[in-house]
Amino acid sequence: MTQQFTLPAHLKETDLTKLLKQMWQIRFFEEKVDEFFAKGMIHGTTHLAVGQEASAVGSIAVLEERDKITSTHRGHGHCIAKGAEVNRMMAELFGRTTGYCKGKGGSMHIADVDKGNLGANGIVGGGFAIAAGAALTSQMKNEGYVVLCFFGDGASNEGSFHEALNLASIWKLPVVFICENNQYGMSGPAKEMMNIEDVAKRADAYGIPGTVVDGNDVFDVMNGVSEAVDRARNGEGPSIVEAKTYRWKGHSKSDAKKYRTREEEQEWRAKDPIARLRDVLIQAGLLTEDGAAEIKAAAKKEIEDSVEFSKQSPMPTIDDLMEDIYA
Amino acid sequence: MRELTYLEAVREAMSQEMRQNEDVFILGEDIGVYGGAFGVTRGMIEEFGPERIRNTPISEAAISGTAVGAALTGMRPILELQFSDFMTIAMDNMVNQAAKIRYMYGGKGKVPMVLRTPAGSGTGAAAQHSQSLEAWMAHVPGLKVVQPSTAYDAKGLLKAAIDEDNPVIFYEHKLCYKTKSDVPEELYSIPLGQADIKRQGSDVTIVATAIMVHKSLEAATELEKEGISVEVIDPRTLVPLDTETIIKSVKKTSRLVVVHEAVKRGGFGGEIASVIAESEAFDYLDAPIKRLGGKAVPIPYNPELEKSAIPGVEDIIMAVKETLNRQ
Repeated sequence: MTQQFTLPAHLKETDLTKLLKQMWQIRFFEEKVDEFFAKGMIHGTTHLAVGQEASAVGSIAVLEERDKITSTHRGHGHCIAKGAEVNRMMAELFGRTTGYCKGKGGSMHIADVDKGNLGANGIVGGGFAIAAGAALTSQMKNEGYVVLCFFGDGASNEGSFHEALNLASIWKLPVVFICENNQYGMSGPAKEMMNIEDVAKRADAYGIPGTVVDGNDVFDVMNGVSEAVDRARNGEGPSIVEAKTYRWKGHSKSDAKKYRTREEEQEWRAKDPIARLRDVLIQAGLLTEDGAAEIKAAAKKEIEDSVEFSKQSPMPTIDDLMEDIYA
Repeated sequence: MRELTYLEAVREAMSQEMRQNEDVFILGEDIGVYGGAFGVTRGMIEEFGPERIRNTPISEAAISGTAVGAALTGMRPILELQFSDFMTIAMDNMVNQAAKIRYMYGGKGKVPMVLRTPAGSGTGAAAQHSQSLEAWMAHVPGLKVVQPSTAYDAKGLLKAAIDEDNPVIFYEHKLCYKTKSDVPEELYSIPLGQADIKRQGSDVTIVATAIMVHKSLEAATELEKEGISVEVIDPRTLVPLDTETIIKSVKKTSRLVVVHEAVKRGGFGGEIASVIAESEAFDYLDAPIKRLGGKAVPIPYNPELEKSAIPGVEDIIMAVKETLNRQ
């Protein structure tokens, strides 16, 4: 049994099978949502993170309970990794009152403010400054928490990216900007939309560290993010960590994926972050084949149960329409 | 009672509030030693220090979003936007984030922030520094919109706005800054959603906002000389709007003139006219409702052209006479 990975010092005792379980939960959640959209059982829109499980799980695994995140339109994975109940997530997509947003937000607005998930965001680049603001609260009130701001390669071309990173850098805010570079915007390839290869290189413009990690290797993600989080918590300011990854599905609920080749997709599927973690854990003697199968089955069942929970949950009524606009 | 200028009243409300509430802080461009573009925060950095009188980069998108994020996590930021025209750059954060977060999240989370900003023409600053765009913000559910016209109102309304658990847009008309009125020394609050009858009258109701309150009062003084008794109502807040006071007044006078500086087309005056048209006061009307607003033109530089782009005292006098069929 050889251990083929290294972990951040404070995570040496982490139960790594929990990470595998979360990644499976994300995978099954997304696949279930994909299926329901195809069948017309859920309406509206959604953005799936199949293939990107390691960047969400690895980033959030290094956090403390008190830390916060801001998420994106492709945010289901971040929610699950931050400890959201899949029942309430699925119920939200079904538009039920038991959902995280009582059926008023849907896929793009799941949030759990009390637990430090400051919300997904339907506006590309909408989270940068909000994350900076949350980090400012931490700094001003001396609360000690760090904010992880997830964003995509496409969002780094928004003006809000530049403004917020500049602000966060001059004020040394405790925020880590996690770029999940999944290679494409809706259809625009990152390599055509930026004159640089790595989003992380943009960190140079703000005088902050920018590192690239293998977004499909949960350990690489954890190590990279952990270093940035430590730095933020020690008052040394923000960083960019860029996780190179790939979304297996289309941009949104339906997408012919004309902007990329099937060969490219296959190359990335071979780097499946879940299979990689599973294999590493088995090789290290931390997990058996049977154990892995049990974790997978348990995750699948939780998602199936969440569907039942959602179907049995009540729909909002017209009386709910005008509630919750103002505090 | 001592007199204060409107500008001093705004500053005093913030200073007194900041002395008693650690969570309140101000962020904005050049608000530190410079004292802000109009001098509203002058002297405040000396008392409260650079942490709480937070000078920002020229980044309206970042500072508005940072205010949202700080508010969402427990602070009560006051954002000074140098000119209300720059709302275009802060718009995404106010409209797509601040206004909607609570509803999108199903009643979780709150965004207690005030965006203060000088508005209006009359300073020769031309088209990009003179607009009155309050109708845009009044159109968005989730925001509250305040437009004080006097020093007394400014202090009390700002205190109420800071205490609000919702995002408030607080418009300060530049020409009001030097106007004076009696202002109590102690901190007091004027509830949002309470109009003020600035002058009692019986023949015609004028509903006016911001600097147009002063022009309407001038017009009313002139009209009194001709035996015309004008009631002048200042809604003070557009959202929420005190429809009751306006309806009651129109039922008494049977005539309504609405005056604002903002462009008439699509302006908030149309909303006020509609409130009457849809209410029981409609049956009391003895003349068509008259609306006065800015001409549909960018605010020009030349002082004479600038003046003629918006309603003047003479226009108000004429409009009142027209509703009375007395030319």
